[in-house]
Amino acid sequence: MTTRWTRKDLLGLRELSADEINFILDTADAFKQVGTREIKKVPSLRGKTLVNFFVEPSTRTRTSFELAALRLSADVINISATTSSLTKGETLKDTARNLEALHADIFVLRHGSAGAPQFLANRLKASVINAGDGAHEHPTQALLDLYTIREKRRQIAGLHVAIVGDILFSRVARSNIFGLLKLGARVTLVGPSTLVPREFEKLGVEISHKIDEVLPKADVVNLLRIQHERQRREYFPGIGEYIRFFGLTKERAKLLKADCLIMHPGPINRGVEIDSEVADGLHSVILNQVTNGLAVRMAVLYLCGGISA
Amino acid sequence: MKQTKQKTSGAAVPIMDAEAIRGALRRVAHEIIERNPQLTHVVLAGIPSRGVEIAERIARFIHEIETINVETGVIDVAMHRDDVGTRSELPIVRESKLPLPLEERTIIVVDDVLYTGRTVRAAMDAINSFGRPARIQLAVLIDRGHRELPIRPDYVGKNLPTAGGEKVQVRLEQTDGEPDEVRLEKS
Repeated sequence: MTTRWTRKDLLGLRELSADEINFILDTADAFKQVGTREIKKVPSLRGKTLVNFFVEPSTRTRTSFELAALRLSADVINISATTSSLTKGETLKDTARNLEALHADIFVLRHGSAGAPQFLANRLKASVINAGDGAHEHPTQALLDLYTIREKRRQIAGLHVAIVGDILFSRVARSNIFGLLKLGARVTLVGPSTLVPREFEKLGVEISHKIDEVLPKADVVNLLRIQHERQRREYFPGIGEYIRFFGLTKERAKLLKADCLIMHPGPINRGVEIDSEVADGLHSVILNQVTNGLAVRMAVLYLCGGISA
Repeated sequence: MKQTKQKTSGAAVPIMDAEAIRGALRRVAHEIIERNPQLTHVVLAGIPSRGVEIAERIARFIHEIETINVETGVIDVAMHRDDVGTRSELPIVRESKLPLPLEERTIIVVDDVLYTGRTVRAAMDAINSFGRPARIQLAVLIDRGHRELPIRPDYVGKNLPTAGGEKVQVRLEQTDGEPDEVRLEKS
């Protein structure tokens, strides 16, 4: 615990060291316990204002950040794409500068373009937390995945983690890959070759197009949501075919190790990437992920929002 | 606030050695026994990291004297501080551990050095978020004065009058890897 946190922003896991990642996870341990207290609120960010700035729609991530901020006693403003002046032609930078003029301290940004949080972080004194930017990174999702694995399996180094599905378009996958590799896990990406291209091997992961060969060896299987809204015909043959080759059906689940963890960032498509019996079964830690997401986001807001700029 | 983590430099005057620390904590244990007839309701809650060690030591002395195992806990104050956002370096946040429910219990907050009182204020806020204890008391190894809040200790190992610029250094085998010692570093 000799590491110190010095960053005002959390933009991705790629630029963090293993020590910094572990520091966030250790801090999250302390904040997780706050949720079990009679009064589930601490005064750490009292007087600070957090702006949830979601240019892309999201309910669960926004709600999780909002609750995390409220439990730290911050004031919260929610701005979504439809309510903001972005629809009136105002640029992202101008919107943010206007919010900063209101003395907002922390921006949580979800944006369709990769690099948007970096763009803001370079221009604002306030803290910027990336809540998902295009197909680039979604650091708090990966941190809560890492936290959940660490909580259930004590340590991450040496574990074999399979990430299954639409890797190409997934910021969750990217952030997970960076974080897992830094903490010493072995990572195998699984999916059709159109969605799991060979280029990913350069990051230091393995690639497989045959889920049945990977499942018996995996300690963790992280299933990504098939993003209907993002799919284009040329990448994706069809739902039925995806289920046949890559869906975690209850038959396939029999291949899993007894202590394998099934994870999913949500929202799940029951019957597509995962069968209901598996999502609600013994291997599943999907709801633990939701609980842990709150603790991890409290830790991130506390660390980035708590240091003086 | 607590000025205990400074590096040794200049003239540090020895104040207490291991034997003196032992004697002081043993006396504190006796006083806790006298003031709390229902020892089974007492929780010694240390403030990390030296307060936790001191609480353990006091609990061992109470066991030696009365053969009663007093409960111990950890009360983390980092997230209850009032200076977050004013520091370039954040205190490390640790998990608090208290036996629940608090309602019938006497929580004795334990720390190494009592100075401004702000850490103790934060500790009381933290305790209150777990429930409403019957009472809260305060035990410290050193009271160095200079309070900024209306807080006074119930049990004191040693009163040490200091000047504002001086630094009280507490070293404990278990937390610092150095022999037990209290030093006063002159400004």
